[in-house]
Amino acid sequence: MAEPLLDVQNLTIAFPSDGGPIDVVKSISFGVGREIVAVVGESGSGKSMTGRAIMGLLPPHAKVRAETMRFDGVDLQTLRPAQWNRLRGDGIGLILQDPKFSLNPAHRIGRQIEETLLLHTKLSAGERRDRALEMMDKVGLADPKRVYDSYPAALSGGMGQRVMIAAMLINRPKLIIADEPTSALDHDLQEQILLLLRSLVEEFGMAMMLISHDLQQVARYADRVIVMRQGEIVDRLPAASLAEAKSPYTRGLWAARPSATTYGTRLPVIDDEDAT
Amino acid sequence: MSLMVEPVVLSSSLVRRVLRSPSAAIGATILFVMLFAALFAPLIAPYDPNLQETANRLAVPSAAHWIGTDAFGRDLLSRLLYGARPTLLLVLFVVLLMAPAGIIIGVLAGYFGGITERILMRITDIVMSFPRLLLAFAFVAIMGPGLLNGALALALTSWPAYARQARVETVALRRSDYLAAAEMVGIRGPRLLIGHVLPLVMPSAIIRLALDLFGIILAAAVLGFLGLGVRPPTAEWGSMVAEGTQVIFDQRWIAAAPGFAILIISLGFNLVADGLRDILDPRHG
Amino acid sequence: MQPATLAVSLDKQNSRQPERWRGFVVLGRLLRWLWSFALTLLGLALVTFLMTRLAPADPALQMVGDHASQSSYDAARLALGLDRPLPIQFLRYLQAAFSGNLGQSISTGQPVASDIARTFPATIELATTAIIAGAIIGLALGILAAMRPGSWVDAIARVVSLFGYSVPIFWLGLLMLLLFYARLHWAPGPGRLGIVFQYTVKPVTGFAIVDAWLSGKPGAVADVLAHLVLPATVLALYALAGISRLTRGAVLTELGQEYVLTARAKGASLTRIVFVHILPNIFGTLLTVVALAYASLLEGAVLTETVFAWPGIGRYLTTAMFAGDTPAILGATLVVGSTFVLLNALTDLAVGFVQKGRAR
Repeated sequence: MAEPLLDVQNLTIAFPSDGGPIDVVKSISFGVGREIVAVVGESGSGKSMTGRAIMGLLPPHAKVRAETMRFDGVDLQTLRPAQWNRLRGDGIGLILQDPKFSLNPAHRIGRQIEETLLLHTKLSAGERRDRALEMMDKVGLADPKRVYDSYPAALSGGMGQRVMIAAMLINRPKLIIADEPTSALDHDLQEQILLLLRSLVEEFGMAMMLISHDLQQVARYADRVIVMRQGEIVDRLPAASLAEAKSPYTRGLWAARPSATTYGTRLPVIDDEDAT
Repeated sequence: MSLMVEPVVLSSSLVRRVLRSPSAAIGATILFVMLFAALFAPLIAPYDPNLQETANRLAVPSAAHWIGTDAFGRDLLSRLLYGARPTLLLVLFVVLLMAPAGIIIGVLAGYFGGITERILMRITDIVMSFPRLLLAFAFVAIMGPGLLNGALALALTSWPAYARQARVETVALRRSDYLAAAEMVGIRGPRLLIGHVLPLVMPSAIIRLALDLFGIILAAAVLGFLGLGVRPPTAEWGSMVAEGTQVIFDQRWIAAAPGFAILIISLGFNLVADGLRDILDPRHG
Repeated sequence: MQPATLAVSLDKQNSRQPERWRGFVVLGRLLRWLWSFALTLLGLALVTFLMTRLAPADPALQMVGDHASQSSYDAARLALGLDRPLPIQFLRYLQAAFSGNLGQSISTGQPVASDIARTFPATIELATTAIIAGAIIGLALGILAAMRPGSWVDAIARVVSLFGYSVPIFWLGLLMLLLFYARLHWAPGPGRLGIVFQYTVKPVTGFAIVDAWLSGKPGAVADVLAHLVLPATVLALYALAGISRLTRGAVLTELGQEYVLTARAKGASLTRIVFVHILPNIFGTLLTVVALAYASLLEGAVLTETVFAWPGIGRYLTTAMFAGDTPAILGATLVVGSTFVLLNALTDLAVGFVQKGRAR
């Protein structure tokens, strides 16, 4: 594998609490190159936190420490707020889960899609609009001109998420972190959106960190899979090898997926002792 | 469609948590001191608040009179201590009149629904849009000054908020399984309202009261200042400030001290309210 | 403060209402608003009317005095319409109020309506000046405090807000007079105009600033402004307390919303987030806060005017209260109260339109 775009060594994220600091991510290490890496785990496994930490978007009371946290040669731990603002939206992008909440209800769609261009490029207003319309077409929005002038309230869930993708990818960041991008959508839509994401990522030559709780989903769209549990990485393997996973936890997750064959039967339950 | 109802529970742990916030602790201390002063004024005050020493009028603060004397030669410290009483008494009356009235109207509206609810809520909305203080002044000015009239006036203009809140909660309860279960057992009508709805509506009413109190104190002080409060020569902070206004440029302390007392007690209520707000809605902390 | 959420329509095709229905919806809103407003005004009139009839003071007796004969007393009763049943009296009262007749003041002997017309502009001038200052400072303070939680700006905002909420307005006014007028001689004394200008500036509009400017006398406007400073500052502080606290709360709430995270992920600075992303979303809230503060300043003016001998409707009211001048008390209450209700109602209407423009 080539020199990783994102290199994380021994990342720990702790939150203060009444009984002392609690580690929600415990000294994890991983790298992401020009590929799609899926980070999978249950709620509370720390996967979303990791994504936010890489973008410097954790709340101020969170304590983030790492031996190494480098992106594209830049040491993320030394960045000051102004530098973070330059990096975010330009080098790294973030796609959030639910467009009902992640889009600004007071701004028109076109404006929200163009925003990264406004912040990071010197394109004129007309050029930005052209790029936005082009991008909206690329993400599969019918009638881009009409949607451009609409407000988020007029959009369905699927349309909203396409807008989110357009807004974050229009400036071609090197790395895109997709935090549960399809969890708020209907099942059919989920496939479409993931397909769209993968094709765009490949076309733009980007890297993607796909955070999800759905193992069978990532199996089809990721190159590699990192399995997290309670703040630790318990398994890493190529997506193709998921069916032959060695770690009991991964096997448990994989086996627990509902399908036509498991319909009517009891699904396996993961005990705490299984994950070793 | 049933709703799970999550009422606010007033428990000792809530009280403890409130007191842990520094602002609330300070506020509570202030209130305690005030209450103490009001209750034990006869024991603590060095002089009779109405005793006039005409030879010693407008005296500068000294060892004999810690805050000096007023235009009638009365000891200001004693009047200050005794002055807590009418203020706190008025607040008490207002609370006793305003909260029950509002809660009852709100519960009835929420429980019976239909035309009753619409009429009651319409009245509530209308009264809510009235200027509270202004109408209270007019009421007292016309009906005659006095503690009871003042309390009545303030209560009559302040009950809507409680009615609205009680109604919202009652409506939520009406849809819940909790009430349905009680009704199935055979509890109906007044018994249901008093025994089952009221206890769940009370806690938020009490919290709202805590947040409202500082406003009532200030309103009471204003009534006193305008001469619409207790009749002289009774010591009352608002009227004391008014008396001090005549001589404000030379004998500042006569107006400054009682006003400062009003500020402190209002501050106390506000601090406690802040503490409560922090507990209930940590985002704003 | 409600966070702005979106209505998500699942069917893309039908996500927009047919244009022709929009007009009807707006009209319906206006009518409902009008009905609500009228009802509230009616309620206010009813309350003031009832107070006249429930008062221990007999209005007929007040009019003719204690030493009048029985016949003149009876005549007075007739003239005031006191012999009619209560609902009829109320209707006549409404009729009179509508045509601008609010009775005769017992102390000034003038029609109450003309007394009010004379004094109300002064109060409006005071309240408006105060709200402009209070709103600008309050909004700025609230926004800054939310942007830098825990900083000294935040601390100042909270202290000022706490103080503004707790301090008795009349006492603060007194102290300020003491300090800035008596001690430091920075501010001129009570009243609206200095002695020099009191007789040379003609009351054309009733708004001293305008009149002073119109009079063309040098230094007149400055004099008016100098007299305005102290009472306006007291009222501004009063408004400031609520505005800064509520603004701070609104901005803080929005800062926790997902769309702010999106904006941060795009690389927007905090300043941009607050002013470009958040403010449009809380505009309605802030408008409400400022408008309600303005309305409560009208109430607060009653007290401040007494302290500063400001010749507004507040002082008229308090003088009437001391004199037991029932018609004046009620007339003034009705006028100020109606203005208060109107402000509240207009705010509701405006906010309704602002919200409508965005989320469907």
